[in-house]
Amino acid sequence: MRDTVPSEQFKTILAGAKSQYAHVMQKPEPKIYVGLATCGIASGALETKQAFEEALAERQLEAQVLTVGCGGHCYAEPVVIIDHPDSGFPPIFYPNVSPGKAKMLTKLFLEEGDPRFEHLLGATVENELIPSVMTFSRFNLEERVITALCGQVDPEQIVDYIALGGYRSLDKALQSRPDEIVSEIRDSGLRGRGGAGFPTGAKWEIVHRANNRPKYLICNADEGDPGAYMDRTIIESNPHQVVEGMAICAYATGIEKAIVYVRAEYPLAVRTMQKAIQEAKQQNLLGEDILGTGFSFSIEVFQGSGAFVCGEESALVQSIQGKRGMPRHRPPFPVEKGLWGQPTIINNVKTLASVPPIIDKGAAWFKNIGTAESPGTAVFSVVGDVVHPGLVEIPMGATLQTLIFDICGGIPNQKKFKAAQIGGPSGGCLSKDFLDTPIDFDSLADAGAMMGSGGLVVMSEDSCVVDVSRYFLDFTQKESCGKCTFCRIGTNHLLKMLERMTKGVGQLEDLQILKRLSQDIQLGSLCGLGKTAPNPVLTSLQYFENEYQAHVVEKRCPGMTCRELTAFYIDLEKCARGCDACVGSCPTDAIFTTSTRKKGIDQQLCVKCGECVVACPPEYDAVERVSPVSKVPIIEKPKSKL
Amino acid sequence: MTDQAKDELQEILNSIQSELSNFQKERSELIPILQMIQEKFQYLPPEALSLVASHVDIPPADVYGVATFYNQFRFHPPGKHPVKVCLGTACHVKGGDIILENFERKLEISEGETTADKEFSIERVACVGCCALAPVALLGETVHGNMAPSKVEGLILRIEVEKEKARREKEKQNQNA
Repeated sequence: MRDTVPSEQFKTILAGAKSQYAHVMQKPEPKIYVGLATCGIASGALETKQAFEEALAERQLEAQVLTVGCGGHCYAEPVVIIDHPDSGFPPIFYPNVSPGKAKMLTKLFLEEGDPRFEHLLGATVENELIPSVMTFSRFNLEERVITALCGQVDPEQIVDYIALGGYRSLDKALQSRPDEIVSEIRDSGLRGRGGAGFPTGAKWEIVHRANNRPKYLICNADEGDPGAYMDRTIIESNPHQVVEGMAICAYATGIEKAIVYVRAEYPLAVRTMQKAIQEAKQQNLLGEDILGTGFSFSIEVFQGSGAFVCGEESALVQSIQGKRGMPRHRPPFPVEKGLWGQPTIINNVKTLASVPPIIDKGAAWFKNIGTAESPGTAVFSVVGDVVHPGLVEIPMGATLQTLIFDICGGIPNQKKFKAAQIGGPSGGCLSKDFLDTPIDFDSLADAGAMMGSGGLVVMSEDSCVVDVSRYFLDFTQKESCGKCTFCRIGTNHLLKMLERMTKGVGQLEDLQILKRLSQDIQLGSLCGLGKTAPNPVLTSLQYFENEYQAHVVEKRCPGMTCRELTAFYIDLEKCARGCDACVGSCPTDAIFTTSTRKKGIDQQLCVKCGECVVACPPEYDAVERVSPVSKVPIIEKPKSKL
Repeated sequence: MTDQAKDELQEILNSIQSELSNFQKERSELIPILQMIQEKFQYLPPEALSLVASHVDIPPADVYGVATFYNQFRFHPPGKHPVKVCLGTACHVKGGDIILENFERKLEISEGETTADKEFSIERVACVGCCALAPVALLGETVHGNMAPSKVEGLILRIEVEKEKARREKEKQNQNA
């Protein structure tokens, strides 16, 4: 795409934003940035922010407490960055800042100039005094395109985004021809980040050519996967990048109206998006005659009511039209007949957020990131048994090994890696043989998994693959809209079979039926939900058949997670006479005192919650976990004296 | 239904009726209308659904069909202290179901129910979005991370203690007066 010079209108907006931004940034007093996305708030960031404000007032210190979004470092929430130029130190990243820590830092760092090395993670920039966080693999192995500004800008201040280069791409796009933009996106090789990986350029091209007006754009932020929260974080942390991407898409394809479909369960994301749209309108970056070019475009927010299937395009359209979100047969695809029967582009949040950087830096730049077939980056929410869970953006083609071990710190407590469940309920469960598999749309599909929503659950040797399959099936079975018989009834049968296995009453022939029925469901379902619902079962059957066998034949759970197949007992050799630590921890009073004044567990009463394992002092470590249940030694319960 | 409950319901319905005039009589307004009602009253009373049906001019069965399709909508009023147990993937792996079970045992109700005194209700939710704190439960609006079965008792006890404190305080005031 040819380069352009900023238009006069945009220059004025930019100058205004820069001076407002500089007004805040160039003040000499210290700046305290508190991450206030949902994850931060859940970890107590509001209390932390309040503690800073109180402590500053109490000590009569001048400092600004600023709100930013989420940088993806969930393990470190609440995250605070303190920029205190007078102290001579660079901006410093502090993890896990409790209100108490906030008061302490106010006194010792802001007032007395001691940054408290034991509490900081590192400096945010290279310098000679403090190691920079960029030397950590959690930071430097990431490649941020979509989440580049998340955690750096105030999501409710459009000036922050504009001053840091935002809306430059929209201005550039508006000075180009729509077909130039469509070809740029096509040449970049951008593929839909919603999971299926359909080429975005191809979608845009169809709608660009359609003469049927009006046309619509829907930004799909209906993130229903339990355990993936990147779309929410992007909207909460930097909504303007999405708004800008939408405006560019609309201009390129002749759309005048767009809808952002956000889950109502994400109240902060809904509010942030509404505020962003309003601010963009005030700056004439949305609305009538945008930047004086004659192009008009508006965005509305629609709150989705929580149905996983509405992530599917045609179901989402039904939902906006006030109906039950049931998918319909495609073709015709929404690009031909979508919302109200008109041509409609439905793009994921991350797809749209990738657009401004592509327009700014060009298709060739984007193609250089990632792999030839899947250019660009992927955002994952890595959760489960890892040291540093959180949101991670990596170039496509990085391996699971890099993602799990190098970036997220591997498995805690020296446990072994067992499996990675990638792509949520539609994805697959991959064994350690796949650690060197590159993460991109095609390699994952070859392994039987899929990119899906970008949820990644890491499982250690203490997790049970069968149980996780059961969990996802339980989810998809509930979320099935009920239209296709195979999906409605088949998933229910799969779930029943898996439940029987986790309870130790599974039968050997169930394993065959599981496989057969899974394949039938894939063939007999209309939409992505049904087609992919059996993926967790099929992949785990393929890579962890021994675990299924153990459940069915030996009634043993190798991860010791399935409660019906596991039991706890107290090793009388290790148990300390007279110690009562476990007794109070038991929610069902299952622990009794033996005749030798040691402890035993009444297997009838035990609910296998594992509290006694935590309660038992480490020097005794007497509570043992076994599977199958028959391995539990019998410990006589003394007859009650009453 | 007691007379008082009837009056309360009538009041709710009247207020819904007046709110409805802010919405166009179109099918696409259906979900926003239901969301408005739930936001105001925390649940959808069955009588309200017929009001909505006549406003949008579709059969009540269609309204019911849409309302039951989506997870967001509730048909029973929640307790004063709603307990929400996260059963997202990370919480599941770290034993979220054990936490849910402990709340159920402690409060003697099942998930989706409200205690007889309308104090507590239990709901399961899919991912609150603080997976690093798993397992997580919400009591009211407060998020409690790294939950353990032994914490369940403490949380509920705290509310009961506060309630008892308020009751005694009130009694004292009454005596003084």
